[in-house]
Amino acid sequence: MVVFDKPHALIDVPLHYCPGCTHGIIHRLVAEVIDELGIEGKTIGIAPVGCSVMAYNYFNCDMIEAAHGRAPAVATGVKRADPENHIVFTYQGDGDLASIGMAETVHAAARNENITVIFINNAIYGMTGGQMAPTSLPGQVTQTSPYGRDTKHCGFPIKVCEMLSELEGPEYLERVTVNSVKNIRTAKKAIKKAFQNQIDGKGFSLIEVISSCPTNWGMTPQAALKWIDDKMIPYYPLGVYKDRSAEKEAE
Amino acid sequence: MADKVLMKGNEAIAEAAIIAGCRHYFGYPITPQTEVAAYMAKKMPKIGGCFLQAESEIAAINMVYGVSSAGKRVMTSSSSPGISLKGEGLSYLAGSDLPALVVNVQRGGPGLGGIQPSQSDYFQATRGGGHGDYHMIVLAPASVQEMAELTVKGFDLADKYRMTSMILADGTMGQMMEPVSLDFDIKPEPEKPWATTGTKLEREHNIVNSLSLVPEELETLNMKRYERYKEVEKNETMYEEYMVDDADIIIAAFGIAARVSKNAVNEARKQGIKAGLIRPITLWPFPKAPFEKAVEHAKAFISVELSMGQMIEDVKLATSCKVPVTLCNRVGGMIPDPEQVLKSIIEVNNGGVE
Repeated sequence: MVVFDKPHALIDVPLHYCPGCTHGIIHRLVAEVIDELGIEGKTIGIAPVGCSVMAYNYFNCDMIEAAHGRAPAVATGVKRADPENHIVFTYQGDGDLASIGMAETVHAAARNENITVIFINNAIYGMTGGQMAPTSLPGQVTQTSPYGRDTKHCGFPIKVCEMLSELEGPEYLERVTVNSVKNIRTAKKAIKKAFQNQIDGKGFSLIEVISSCPTNWGMTPQAALKWIDDKMIPYYPLGVYKDRSAEKEAE
Repeated sequence: MADKVLMKGNEAIAEAAIIAGCRHYFGYPITPQTEVAAYMAKKMPKIGGCFLQAESEIAAINMVYGVSSAGKRVMTSSSSPGISLKGEGLSYLAGSDLPALVVNVQRGGPGLGGIQPSQSDYFQATRGGGHGDYHMIVLAPASVQEMAELTVKGFDLADKYRMTSMILADGTMGQMMEPVSLDFDIKPEPEKPWATTGTKLEREHNIVNSLSLVPEELETLNMKRYERYKEVEKNETMYEEYMVDDADIIIAAFGIAARVSKNAVNEARKQGIKAGLIRPITLWPFPKAPFEKAVEHAKAFISVELSMGQMIEDVKLATSCKVPVTLCNRVGGMIPDPEQVLKSIIEVNNGGVE
């Protein structure tokens, strides 16, 4: 008999996330993967600044709260402190990873730092109340782009997977989403691979998860999931952007 | 007595750190402290340690944060503009009660300033450097020997009190060569049950964190941290006194300024002026006791600094402004010479400068 239960790596407490937010799903996927790989006892997670700042209260493994954007640098330190015995992941939003922490992101990738990065792209700053993010779409209305993101004035969104795929460094880059059962399954596979790569010593793996923010997008949860299909995915196509091991095998 | 080796101050710091058990160094190039990184880059790979050149000072201090979270001795070094960049990390280290060693080989500022020696980061160092209520233990070496000794001491204190120890040196201390004994009594590192090293499924998860959203709780955290700071003030204050007991004119100076001042004190004594020197070795905690005692017999104090007058404020506080305190200084990378300090002593002794 299969009984639905919480993963051991997820603590049984109420999450603070808004109704309809997909952080809960992604937390669960990460925790399921940690359980399945049997690595909870050696895993150290790094929480960002942003909506998931309190992720340290939800994951059962050891957790560190980093300064805004600095999670990949902190993860570098934790990993290098004991490379054989530490499995290290960061969990970061788009403002954290692609704006204030862009240098840390790019250089951790360039070094092929043997860590796993879970990157939540919901095209907005959620925690601070819905400001324009580095990944906000052209024309997207936010609190700080009230007339829509004007690309002449403030430039274009950053496509993180595409950008990092130009580097020699990283091992694995994939963009997924969690707005349907099918997509959630794909996302879990990607996250598992990102952790397995680290276990195998292959290096930097980043999974970009296109996520929804019904509260700050001003939509119902269902409409937000549809907006991912209609607006986000056309701009941020899903798929594998780099898989060095697979490329090597193909050669 | 142990053999002495001739070393640059910056190299002495690096070697002493390795002797103290530090196996992780992160830094970003900046003059005049680059020898620390160069030394670590050569040594660390050969002893199973980790030297990593970070993409920025900000990244370097956060790598320090990561290693410290994992319970290991770790350090970074930089010079003034780089320390400003590390300010964020210093605040987070304090907020998370993490031990670390940070070296500031000061150069002239503000802004990009120059690359010559300075002591103008005194405020930044002794008042914390970043945002929020906190302190670092600030150690001011005045010789290459002390660069090494205070590095070892800095790691011990950092671990003992779960604080950042900062070596506040300057360009001369970093660059000058002197014979050093590296024969240290290394204490065992304390247990760190709070460290995030993986639960091994044997304990509750550890959290390293500086976020505290409930005001009452954050207030309590700050109060408790300051109780610890009081212990540091009580137990760890260090200073050197030179001819203070009968002195009329007392110089306060640290680092290179103290060495120059000692010569001036000797010369003043030859001329019949009762001069003395108090050299703070810990700048935080500031050694108030020798000043409180000396103000009972001294006619005046002179603060000799490579800044526009920063430590002078602590001298005035420690002496409760009972007698005049004047400043004798050079800035911008210039160093006062003994003649300038002597002139200042003579003027003050004659009551010429208020």
